[in-house]
Amino acid sequence: MATDAALSTDLITLDVDADGIATLWINQPNKQVNTISEATLTAFEEAIDAMERDPTIRAGVFISGKDASFIVGADLDMIKTFASPADVRALSRRAHALIRRVQTLGKPTVAAINGPAMGGGLEMALGCTYRIATTHAKTKLALPEVQLGLLPGGGGTQHLPRLVGIQQALTMMLTGKNIYPKKAQRIGLVDALIHPPGLHRAAKEAARQLADGTRTPQHAEQSFTDRVLESNTVSRRIIYQQAGERTKKRTHGNYPAPPKIIECVKVGMEDGLEAGLDLEARYFGDLVFTPESKALVSLFFAKQDAEKNPLKDHAQPVREIGVLGAGLMGAGIAQVSAENGVDVVIKDQNLERAAGGRKHVWDGVHKKTTKGILSNFEEDVIVERVVPVDDYAPLQAADVVIEAVPENLDLKRQVLADTEAVIRDDAVFASNTSSIPIAEIAAEAEHPERVLGMHYFSPVPQIPLLELIVTEQTSNAAVATAYDAGLTQGKTVIVVNDGPGFYTTRILALYMNEALLLLEEGADIEQGDAAMEQWGFPMGPFELFDLVGIDVAAKITEIMGARLGGGDYQISDRAADLAAANLLGQKTNLGFYAYEANNGDTEQGDLNEDVYRFFGGADRTSMDPDTIQQRLGLMMVNAAVRCLEDGILRSPTDGDLGAVFGLGFPPFRGGPFRYVDHEGAAGIVMKLERLTEAHGPRYAPSSLLREHAAAGTSFHR
Amino acid sequence: MATAQTHGRSVVLVDGCRIPFQRSGTRYVDLMAYDMGRMVLKGLLTRTGLDPDAVDRVVMGCVIQDVETSNVAREAALGASIPKHVPAFTVTMACISSNQAITSGAELIQSGQADIVIAGGTETLSDPPIRVKRSVRKRLFEARKAKSPRDYLQLVKGLSPSDLLPESPSIAEYSTGEVMGESADKLAAMFGVSREEQDEYALLSHERAAAARDDGRLAKELVPATLPPTFDPVTTDNTIRDDSTLEKLRQLSPVFVKPFGTVTAGNSSPLTDGASATLLMSAERAEAMGYTPTARLREYTYVAQDPGAELLLGPAYAIPKVLDAAGLTLGDIDVFELHEAFAGQVLAVLAALDSDAFATDTLNRASAVGAIPMDKLNTRGGSVSLGHPFGATGARIVTTAANRLHEEDGELALMAACAAGGQGHAILLERVAS
Repeated sequence: MATDAALSTDLITLDVDADGIATLWINQPNKQVNTISEATLTAFEEAIDAMERDPTIRAGVFISGKDASFIVGADLDMIKTFASPADVRALSRRAHALIRRVQTLGKPTVAAINGPAMGGGLEMALGCTYRIATTHAKTKLALPEVQLGLLPGGGGTQHLPRLVGIQQALTMMLTGKNIYPKKAQRIGLVDALIHPPGLHRAAKEAARQLADGTRTPQHAEQSFTDRVLESNTVSRRIIYQQAGERTKKRTHGNYPAPPKIIECVKVGMEDGLEAGLDLEARYFGDLVFTPESKALVSLFFAKQDAEKNPLKDHAQPVREIGVLGAGLMGAGIAQVSAENGVDVVIKDQNLERAAGGRKHVWDGVHKKTTKGILSNFEEDVIVERVVPVDDYAPLQAADVVIEAVPENLDLKRQVLADTEAVIRDDAVFASNTSSIPIAEIAAEAEHPERVLGMHYFSPVPQIPLLELIVTEQTSNAAVATAYDAGLTQGKTVIVVNDGPGFYTTRILALYMNEALLLLEEGADIEQGDAAMEQWGFPMGPFELFDLVGIDVAAKITEIMGARLGGGDYQISDRAADLAAANLLGQKTNLGFYAYEANNGDTEQGDLNEDVYRFFGGADRTSMDPDTIQQRLGLMMVNAAVRCLEDGILRSPTDGDLGAVFGLGFPPFRGGPFRYVDHEGAAGIVMKLERLTEAHGPRYAPSSLLREHAAAGTSFHR
Repeated sequence: MATAQTHGRSVVLVDGCRIPFQRSGTRYVDLMAYDMGRMVLKGLLTRTGLDPDAVDRVVMGCVIQDVETSNVAREAALGASIPKHVPAFTVTMACISSNQAITSGAELIQSGQADIVIAGGTETLSDPPIRVKRSVRKRLFEARKAKSPRDYLQLVKGLSPSDLLPESPSIAEYSTGEVMGESADKLAAMFGVSREEQDEYALLSHERAAAARDDGRLAKELVPATLPPTFDPVTTDNTIRDDSTLEKLRQLSPVFVKPFGTVTAGNSSPLTDGASATLLMSAERAEAMGYTPTARLREYTYVAQDPGAELLLGPAYAIPKVLDAAGLTLGDIDVFELHEAFAGQVLAVLAALDSDAFATDTLNRASAVGAIPMDKLNTRGGSVSLGHPFGATGARIVTTAANRLHEEDGELALMAACAAGGQGHAILLERVAS
């Protein structure tokens, strides 16, 4: 009806019902999801023009035409095309103006949210008079810009704190975390909830009632303390200050966005909306062009690309996974499988150990239930998918069998042979070894074409990477099926070629080895850890030794040393000495640090000074953080490039993904290859040459680095 | 997938009856399900003149079990003086429990295990089993071993006063946590059923029930109940709202999805106490004993869907299955009886059956199953107006449908019902010429 409401755009269609309630259907053609782009803003402006113009329209409903997806945020491809901060600021100001027009339209507006409302999508909703969200499992609201090194540039830093309070808003914007429907209603982010099929009708009813004056939006009550805290300048200043300190502690100042977010909120709340919006637009423009944001955005795209299985057509369905070994790794693999709908048969030497694996799964899953992420029934279904056994026979129906038995070549060959005796000919066998070359494990296999490596990282449920290792014999079907299994488990998958330590273990082992060499030279443990945390790793190398287990590290050193040795590498054998002294790290409560078990969690205590006796005594020389960072960081970066040169890695992007999502390489640096690109290959080569002079040929820059340095080229375009 | 095409012997419905249904907390408030089961069994035996010694099996549906009478069919049969040597068992399948009782009974007859089966159901929602918390129950269990005062003291240790608060059974779906009314609200929205349509349907249900009560049609399926201490006869359903108007229905607030839902107390079936029973026989035995059956059982089926997405849509799946199995279409059916859990649920089922999109997307059919004409559907009201004692509704509906075949001069009657757990049932009866 109402022909004067017809729009020229096909991004939004406008329906007006007999009651004068306009519905703006947001539905970008030929796209799976709606995003905020310049074209969408134009369409919104036109729709608002029409709403202003048409006197029969009394109120409006903003709703998505997509299936369970509102607006997922700004179009990142568009952001990449901006030439200067001024362009970005202009976009931000345009969004601000649009939201102001919605707010001053004189006709109430209702955002009807089904599925994710993220970033710019949520900011549009914040401009509306009223918000209704569905109880759909996919409905979530977030301002995740900080995860891309940005801030909410569509008025989010201003309108969110005004709606849900300063503390809640800061938490949302500084973490980027998802807010699910029930909580969204509790904190006042949305006004009402409804089931998905009733959304449009409910939104129209709300719009009509708002227009009639029979409904006024009620702000959710803040708690008494929050209200008091946010009511005066003095205590608000404390809130900003504490948020700043917390952020600094977490990010070591490596990320420019969080302090800017806090400042925007502060200026907006203390000096007024206009001042806040101005600052938001300015900082948004600045942040888009920071190397940190560019690195994070590139990782985002790389991760998205890795979600597509390149060999999709070769994949066989994965209904059941067999796991051999019910230790921490095996149980972790079982958990991520069962949580994603795959049946798991978990085998160990006896039923008690296998059942221990099931208990580990329960421990992990039950934590989510107590947090309200899963219902009791969902927990039951997940845990019931995991069947502990002490015999190979029940593996007969498995589509993929993953071994997670101790790192011992003979043992791995034995479990492979025992498994092959019972599984189907087309079932895949994967080894979760962290260092033994897959070809060696597969050497005596009946079907070497189905053998590959599926290298998970501990703790499996938390670390996103899965490194697939293929040998020359591995079939496409096996790779494709394992890739699909990894995607089902929610993993970011990279495929690498076989070799000692493959990619991740190789570069990590050399980095960790270098940390031990530093200690041998007299470095201080805490200084070493602090320096690498400052550089951007989630923990320092010695804390990491304690976490993975010094015995495990010693085993890897032994395997890697034998296979990489002979060359220029200088391998420290101190991990083996520590392991022999039963200083294994967290599992014995004593390693480089002392640990204390507390309620099932392990808490880090003081430095274990005693370990210095393995490294030349308690006398330590202070090293400046920059030296430590160069020694360790460049060791890893150079090793990564060598993996590409040696054909272990298939692309620099895989190298970046593997290092960031498997090893915790600082995300704001974008990965080793992105880091070289940013620093310039020539500069890296120069530093490596200096290190070679000082510390030996293990630092010799890889030839690929030299090539890029000479040609002035980079790994990524 | 096979439906229950009546291979084997032919099964007939000889008669059926129920005690009048009463809103929970009213006339039957002091009764156990067993008491109502006993009354309805005795009522059926009396009105059919059947020698209880001839009964081969008693099957009763019940949803909310009383642990005192967990096989309520057996206790009710003994209480109704059905001889001790007649086995009895209780079945449970949520709101289609007595449908399961009937088809279990029919299968016993088809397979030659039985010739005469009484199948029905009984339910009280006035007295749901309220339990103390698990922590207390566990201690009570251990208390059996306690001897000294110290032992008892040990048992109380660690209990907080709030542990002593009783728990009432949740009416939420166990697997999804969703209350049935929320599912109905969602289902209505899924098929675009408006609040107004739901209220209109609810009103129609009450008006039809009142008319059927007033002109005596309902009385034919009722056996009066007389209860201590007064023994004042209960002769009619007290669930029918004679004073209901669209105006009043419109003013009710949604109870399950606030504030924008559409399902209200007024357009839902009420909590109800009651019991019902049917007499099933092999065709030969009925003839040999000189009974004139009302109907023959032609086909039936059970279906199950995702309890999260389509908790109450079972009839839309079960009806086409039964029709296909019998080689019939909706147009061939003279009498329709649909269980009315909620007005919105009935209307959603009707909309689904009449939707080409639902047929192609979900049922794998070329076009819609068809429209059920309102003048053939629930002409004596339904669960919204007559009430819904969970375990007894199925046998009420089968009895009503068979009786309607005769009064409305039809040949075929189709019944369907939804049930918690996302399950559903449909059954087809054919009139036996009298």
